Amino acid sequence: MSKPREKVMTIDEVVAQLSDGMTIGIGGWGPRRKPMALVRAILRSDLKDLTIVSWGGADVGLLARAGKIKKLVYAFVSLDSIPLEPNFQRARQNGTIPEIVELDEGMFQTGLYAAAQRLPFLPMRAGLGSDVLVNNPWIKTVTSPYPMDTAENADVYEELTAVPALKLDVALVHLNRADAHGNAAYLGPDPYFDDLFVQAADKAFVSVEQIVDTAGLTVDTPVQRLLISRMMVDGVVETPNGAHFTVCTPDYERDEKFQKAYAAAAGGSDEDWAAFEERFLSGDEDAYQAAVVAFHAELEGAK
Amino acid sequence: MTEFSRAEVCAAAIADSFKDDGEIFASPMGMLPMLGVRLAKLTSNPDLVISDGESLFLGGTPPLFAKADVVEGWIPFRRVFDVVAYGKRHVMMGATQVDKHGNQNISAIGDFAQPKRQLLGSRGAPGNTVNNRTSYWVPKHNSRVFVESVDIVSGVGPARAKAAGPGASKYNDIHRIVSNLGVFDVKGADDTVRLLSVHPGVSVDEVVDATGFALSLPDGEVPVTREPTETELMIIRNVLDPKNLRDREVPPVEAQKEAQA
Repeated sequence: MSKPREKVMTIDEVVAQLSDGMTIGIGGWGPRRKPMALVRAILRSDLKDLTIVSWGGADVGLLARAGKIKKLVYAFVSLDSIPLEPNFQRARQNGTIPEIVELDEGMFQTGLYAAAQRLPFLPMRAGLGSDVLVNNPWIKTVTSPYPMDTAENADVYEELTAVPALKLDVALVHLNRADAHGNAAYLGPDPYFDDLFVQAADKAFVSVEQIVDTAGLTVDTPVQRLLISRMMVDGVVETPNGAHFTVCTPDYERDEKFQKAYAAAAGGSDEDWAAFEERFLSGDEDAYQAAVVAFHAELEGAK
Repeated sequence: MTEFSRAEVCAAAIADSFKDDGEIFASPMGMLPMLGVRLAKLTSNPDLVISDGESLFLGGTPPLFAKADVVEGWIPFRRVFDVVAYGKRHVMMGATQVDKHGNQNISAIGDFAQPKRQLLGSRGAPGNTVNNRTSYWVPKHNSRVFVESVDIVSGVGPARAKAAGPGASKYNDIHRIVSNLGVFDVKGADDTVRLLSVHPGVSVDEVVDATGFALSLPDGEVPVTREPTETELMIIRNVLDPKNLRDREVPPVEAQKEAQA
């Protein structure tokens, strides 16, 4: 019996598909369900001059601190319980990210929709009157070809923001489960925008907590949670705890203690950050996960 | 007469900002706005639709930061954007800066190219302000927050919206600014911030001095923000905020004076 192709890969095989200067969209939302194992692999690589497109959390902070970002497209960067991301703040205040595109967070979604629908732009109101259009003069407005609908405005044509397509070379997303072919489900309360990221990209890689049989995808969860179809996916990686330290409900909550340690190191001295990097980011993903276990054991032991 | 705190006055003033909204999605950002919105839902406007700030519409009205008892709907982030465009929403955001014309900044302080202080980013402020009713909450009213011109315009005030054309001004509706000192709107001359009331115990001079631009004042005497009712105080203290988290955001006035002394 013929079956669709299998796309299971390793983390390093995904990173081998990336190259300098690429535009990479990172799924999730702020400190929620981020493909952190793949982000950590990019940190370990020689990749440089990346354009990163993200509703940002520590993914942006880590890549900025490592000097990987040439251009950043974002609407916010936040760790939520720690509102301001220290590595991102530092990079902005030191001017180390050469190109900055700050959008309204709804414009960001519209830009992904435009790319996913292979349109040059989509119109919306967001941006009008704000400095988003002042700081990004390349973002244009468009005049509606239709008049406003009321009699007294019959000759008024609204000018709207022409949100440009946020076309991606690669999308990286993290979900709870996938099969070997790339069908993927989220089990938490929110899909975020991961389906838009993969459709806006030429290539998409999905990391998951668990790879299961296709039949297993719907055995205990409604079919509506199957957010991503294999036709949109180029590779699947099983990375248990791969969204750490962001939330990945119901598999795990955000690791607030670790996040606090991360933020303290990021906002501390160069030595503080070097020590954090040495302890957590100097080895591969297995070494990272082992260091996180040791970190919590140490906290427990200190009680 | 029952004693009440400044935080409780603020909660009631925030609740009043939502009382005439009807059946819309009330989106508070931050603790006092959350308290005020839930207070409104339990008193003046039971039709308000509220969420857990993540992805659920709450059927009940749980205390601050408590989990939902009954869920009445699904509002993941992408559907928030849908409701913004649909318009049946009133958001109360924070403001690192708000200026004379009711423009708000949560993006960065200083020059955008290399800011002195990077903040969150513009988040949804540009979209909110040209699509649905928007209010602001300022827990520490001073002239570093209330400035002549914001460094970066995230939230769009009425003058800029009008200048950008009907596409921007059609649904621009900056409703209230509530601070720890008073209540404001943006209906002063030439679409400027206007003082509507001062909180009990606050003088008009105090507000004027703490504001970094010429504040528009109403004709005649400036009203005093109403005191919270017995029912409201009971709900705030026993139901919504039994841990008294509100005092951390707006410290009681006496304690504040001691700290400054």
